[in-house]
Amino acid sequence: MERIVINKPEITKKYKKQKASSSLQRKEGLQGYLFIAPWIIGFLFFMAGPLLFSLYGSFTNFNITSKMDFIGLDNFKKMFTNDPIIWLSLKNTLYFVVISVPLTTAGAVMLAVLLNQGIKGMRVFRTIFYLPAVLSGVGVYLLWMQLLSPSSGLVNTLLGFVGIDGPAWLTDPSWTKNALIFMKMWSVGGGMLLYLASLQGVSQSLYEAAEIDGATSFRKFFHITLPMITPVIFFDLVTSTIGAFQIFQEAYVMSESGDGGPANSLVFFNLHMWNKAFEVFDMGYAMAMSWVLFIIILVLTVFNLKIAPRWVHYEGEDRK
Amino acid sequence: MSAAAQTKENYFKSANFKKKTGQTIVLIVLILGSLLILSPIWWMIATSLKDMKEIMTYPPTFIPKEWHWENYLITLQKGPFLQYTLNTLFITVFVVIGNVVANSFIAYGFAKIHFKGRNVLFACVLATMMIPGFVTLVPQYVIYAKLGWLNTYLPLILPAFFGSAFNIFLLRQFFLTIPNELIEAAKIDGANHLYIWWKIFIPLAKPAIATVAIFSFNGAWNDFLGPLLYINDESLYTLQLGLQIFKGQNDTQWNFLMAGSLMVLLPVITIFFFFQRYFIEGMNLTAGSKG
Repeated sequence: MERIVINKPEITKKYKKQKASSSLQRKEGLQGYLFIAPWIIGFLFFMAGPLLFSLYGSFTNFNITSKMDFIGLDNFKKMFTNDPIIWLSLKNTLYFVVISVPLTTAGAVMLAVLLNQGIKGMRVFRTIFYLPAVLSGVGVYLLWMQLLSPSSGLVNTLLGFVGIDGPAWLTDPSWTKNALIFMKMWSVGGGMLLYLASLQGVSQSLYEAAEIDGATSFRKFFHITLPMITPVIFFDLVTSTIGAFQIFQEAYVMSESGDGGPANSLVFFNLHMWNKAFEVFDMGYAMAMSWVLFIIILVLTVFNLKIAPRWVHYEGEDRK
Repeated sequence: MSAAAQTKENYFKSANFKKKTGQTIVLIVLILGSLLILSPIWWMIATSLKDMKEIMTYPPTFIPKEWHWENYLITLQKGPFLQYTLNTLFITVFVVIGNVVANSFIAYGFAKIHFKGRNVLFACVLATMMIPGFVTLVPQYVIYAKLGWLNTYLPLILPAFFGSAFNIFLLRQFFLTIPNELIEAAKIDGANHLYIWWKIFIPLAKPAIATVAIFSFNGAWNDFLGPLLYINDESLYTLQLGLQIFKGQNDTQWNFLMAGSLMVLLPVITIFFFFQRYFIEGMNLTAGSKG
């Protein structure tokens, strides 16, 4: 028994050495490239090519039909001097990101903790809470337009039961963005599932040790659970921030075909870009806008990565 | 000694008691939460069966007084929904096939074949997830326009055959759990990678493949942005576009709008209830590799 265990690494080492020197390795490598070739082609055609075109296009007055003259930084200058809507759109987008991302993240974590209790029938609850996350598209937006309708909607009816006079969600400019955030909260179960999986990976022995020391459930949550799931929180924060910056469809459908809602309160950055690109065909300008958003997102992501070591806790030292 | 034992017993009693009350509170919160989560869907069903008079009465009714099933027939007659459904199905079928075949093929390469630069390329795959889709939106549109593919389904279907980062990642994670000995054994029997991928890995990875198929189905079925951008001809409209047009034509006719929405959402809800474990498994694969 013992001899086999000792010999095993030697065998594999020898085997690997032999393999490395053979021409079989080269053939194997070629096949590897063959297998990932679709991705490489797709990457060049759908990603790298368009990115390069867009980078050049953002310095032109491209309008898809007739013009593509190099105009230097004019598009970027125009953003600062001649387009007040872009600042409003940036403000609207930031508002949405800053409110919705922390709310949905905290909501998803709390929900996951609730659904991680050992109670009978938990599977049914998990299914119910996850359901809204699979629903998307125009049908859902229409549903919420009805739910949020001030006169006949469910939300204000329920608020009325507890004595609150609900706002005119989708027609009052100061409430439209909150209405969208409210709608997003419905599908918080999507993030929940991610946290649930990671909660179940937290070693039970940590809790047992804490219990021996007399820790309350409050302390256990903040000193064991939360630190252990910080990698997933970090991943969720980064991806949902990127997602939230790109909000478009909701605003497009829930206002009159992208007119930006009452008092332009639903003009998000991408909605403005869409209108520039496909309504007035100022595509050079739209491409310049997309790069501005890209850089904002990139800076934020890098910032997130930089401060991550201060609060994200990884088991084991060799993690990046 | 006996006093200490007694306090100890009390302590356990109270801890047990605390646990029970805690669980009851959690249960009540979960039941109330579930009702809140499900109420919009019930509201959609109820509204779709009311007439406009009842919808506008105050206070609103939670159960329709009269059940107007004919609302559904009227809704179906208000637009070419059958055509929209067939169009959407056509796109969806190809997108699902493309995603399953291409992503498993690519993922096999990344998981089970050694080649130079594999890790760097895989990092590139993951990095593409961080690129906001809107940066490539306009240039992609321009490319498709120059190719003469506007108003066809090609821009909606073709990209599915070249893999997507998330699905490649998910399937690679699953493939990594399949032992290499299986490949070695098959190779001794004279099989090549193509055969091993198709005949061994795809059947073994059924749960992960199902996850990719279901996510792709949902993605294609619910896609609004793609059709909005590329499809102009009304005979080529998908359900999402049809519903958007329908919204414009039936302003605040909530019963018809809800009936239409419900019919469009029904396949997704049905699939979710039948195959929910695949959603959960897919998420576990993603989270497990980050936790």
